[in-house]
Amino acid sequence: MSDSASQSAGASGASPTGASPAGGMRSGGGGERQVLSAFPPLDIPAIIRELAFTTLIASALVFPLLTLRTVDSVEGLYIESRWMVSFMAVALVVAGRLGLILLRYGKMIYAAVGGVVAILAAFFLPVPSLFEVILVAGGAILALRALVDLFLVVRQISPSARAEFRDRGGVWVRRVLPWAAGLAVVFAIVLPFMPFSSRYLIDVGVLILTYVLLGWGLNIIVGYAGLLDLGYVAFYAVGAYSYALLAYYFDFSFWICLPLAGLLSASFGLLLGFPVLRLRGDYFAIVTLGFGEIIRLILINWFRFTNGPDGISSIPRPSFFGIAEFARKPKSDLPSFHETFGLAFSSEHRLIFLYYLVLVLAALVAAFTLRVRNLPLGRAWEALREDDVASASLGISRTSIKLAAFGISATWGGIAGSFFATRQGFISPESFTFIESAIILSIVVLGGMGSLTGIACAAVLLIGLPEVFRELVEYRMVTFGGGLVLIMIWRPRGLLSFREPSIRLLDRRGRLRFAVAGRGVGESLCAGATGGATGDTTSGATSDTTSGATSEATSGTTGGVGR
Amino acid sequence: MSEAVPSLSAPPLLKVEHLSMRFGGLLAVDDVSFHAQDGEITAIIGPNGAGKTTVFNCLTGFYRPTSGRCALRHRDGSEVLLERYESYQISRRGRVARTFQNVRLFPRMTVLENLLVAQHKMLMRASWWTVGGIFNLPGYRRASAYAVERACHYLELVELLPRADDEAGELPYGAQRRLEIARAICADPVLLCLDEPAAGLNPSESNELRELLRKLREDEKIGILLIEHDMSVVMGISDHIVVLDHGSKIAEGVPQAVAANPRVIAAYLGEEESDEEATGNGASGGAKGNGASNGATSGGATGSGASNEATDKGVES
Repeated sequence: MSDSASQSAGASGASPTGASPAGGMRSGGGGERQVLSAFPPLDIPAIIRELAFTTLIASALVFPLLTLRTVDSVEGLYIESRWMVSFMAVALVVAGRLGLILLRYGKMIYAAVGGVVAILAAFFLPVPSLFEVILVAGGAILALRALVDLFLVVRQISPSARAEFRDRGGVWVRRVLPWAAGLAVVFAIVLPFMPFSSRYLIDVGVLILTYVLLGWGLNIIVGYAGLLDLGYVAFYAVGAYSYALLAYYFDFSFWICLPLAGLLSASFGLLLGFPVLRLRGDYFAIVTLGFGEIIRLILINWFRFTNGPDGISSIPRPSFFGIAEFARKPKSDLPSFHETFGLAFSSEHRLIFLYYLVLVLAALVAAFTLRVRNLPLGRAWEALREDDVASASLGISRTSIKLAAFGISATWGGIAGSFFATRQGFISPESFTFIESAIILSIVVLGGMGSLTGIACAAVLLIGLPEVFRELVEYRMVTFGGGLVLIMIWRPRGLLSFREPSIRLLDRRGRLRFAVAGRGVGESLCAGATGGATGDTTSGATSDTTSGATSEATSGTTGGVGR
Repeated sequence: MSEAVPSLSAPPLLKVEHLSMRFGGLLAVDDVSFHAQDGEITAIIGPNGAGKTTVFNCLTGFYRPTSGRCALRHRDGSEVLLERYESYQISRRGRVARTFQNVRLFPRMTVLENLLVAQHKMLMRASWWTVGGIFNLPGYRRASAYAVERACHYLELVELLPRADDEAGELPYGAQRRLEIARAICADPVLLCLDEPAAGLNPSESNELRELLRKLREDEKIGILLIEHDMSVVMGISDHIVVLDHGSKIAEGVPQAVAANPRVIAAYLGEEESDEEATGNGASGGAKGNGASNGATSGGATGSGASNEATDKGVES
């Protein structure tokens, strides 16, 4: 494998020089120009026409959206015109277009300078904050693209070599990913004790991890079983309300309620699953959407039981494993946390505890998911996703396998829900609207269905970024939407869309991972796959007979960090 | 039907008796009876739209036949009635495995994974319905290693072992066909149903397929039921041939006898006799006469008869 990669790399290294004569015909001259043949000559009238057209369209769009604004004041409604803002918006669009044109004609340096100027302008010119963001982001993208193009031209990298480069990049990402994920886990563990960490940062961390948990839960239905579930928030709500109501009516503690909430959600999942799983595709999606809404409406209207739209407040916070409480003066007979451990009281203790709690829950879900993926159940999920007719012919019962996916996924949703309830201390049906389902689903789809790392990345992007841009207030969701659009343009199948096989016969170095005894299987395999060194590997395989299964187990765990 | 049962020694593996399948006004299979023997290759042939795939779908639980029965004898002597099972029960209880006319692999899973999915029931039981599997109990570990070994054995048989870790969808077409066969055998059937395994293969590939089927018959001692258009494959390896046309059986017997049968030749090359045409149309209720009688002149190779399309859709939906 590595042999062939290096060979093809060598071949691609040779190809640009082979392709160069065609480029060398151009008069412009210089070594740089050779690959520049891809760029058309500068055509000023066409550029002006394009810019004029852009101006026209931008003005037409900006005028109704930005220029006129109704203002509600004491004297009544009047219309305010904001010509300056509209002018700036149009200028921004035209400038961006100009940057793209420059790139197209190969004027990378101008484009890069333009990008840098845009970033500087954002800091020094008095523009509205949204424009600042657009200037910085647009300028950075423009400058980066210009630099990348410049690099490709200077190094004379042909398009085919670029594709090759991208492929190798993909391989590299796959190899590095386990380490990166491991580093991310370590970072997540030490985060609360880093010097730069703050209450706010940990809070955002808890929020992101909650969505990671939800994303990984939904991933089982959407990513593995391939069913589009638009009502996942229902399970989230069931979990949250199970905890809140159990605590409210029976005074159950968080640690009893957590598994109970999971079980209750699971039973709701099965209840929904039985009638729904015979549906497919769009119909299935619509019914799950309806289920999400039904749960929310029940929560609103069953006033006597759920307190309706007012929600449930003063939900008990979790104790420290039933040993101590985090309050300064605990109301229950438990001692307080800071006294038990001889610390000065800090309200951050509870937050840090919550952070680790959700981290552990997420780790649990990840470990479970990765393990089940390698079991017949997980493979049956994927088989049903790939082709359910073929699966049925191999004895896989569609209903029970999908029900299992539904039940497990709902369990994780419910656990995330009861964590949410205990973190907030207050829940109301408003927290469980369709937009929540949509956000969780976007996290799964954008992350790359089935890829735990990808989903975690998407959660950081989609939940973390809007938090970072919180000062933009009303434009916050623009960054959310912008993130969605950009990921869909650049990575239409999700951030990390490759699929790691659930089992491998050969590991990366071409050694047999399983002890396949007798029948000369090992020999022909090694002869086919690695070539040479046959005797060595087969003897290794036979001596491996006992450790074969354990090696599979360890591979499962290392893969656990990786994905 | 006179020469139906070669009543030599053992009772037949599969007894199909008076099987009929009706879709609304269309009688796709009309009172078909035949037997298939253990350790033999039985081929079902016929022009397009003759109802071959419908027979298969009845045998493998995808359709529930309107009437008739399909009895399969297991190794322990017990007999199961295939028409009673849902499609997913056929594999385990009926122990019938099948391949599909248009290859149906799990394209984004690896070759090895495809074969492990085929051993789902065994692994599922060994993993205690995943409870034991999660903790990687020894029983599951053993079963899993055994499953991989079995998969490797069959991969070697179809010469795909070096590609075990590649995605199934990346294999060339011929290899996908072979993989589908390997996957079907991995499900441990007593009867293997192959729906046009040679379709789309080039001559050398279909030669290899012939060798593979011969080897399977000898090594695995299972009965193979085969739908095929490629006459070189059918005549070369079949022990027994059943010919369908317009949903009913028109001939049955050893290859040479079938090849010489005037009704079979008429069905394949188009027929002049008006009485044959009349019986054919009469049997199918006139509803699908166009597909076969127009297409009959051009042989079975080209036309896509109406009923054939209908059965394909039926499987997919």
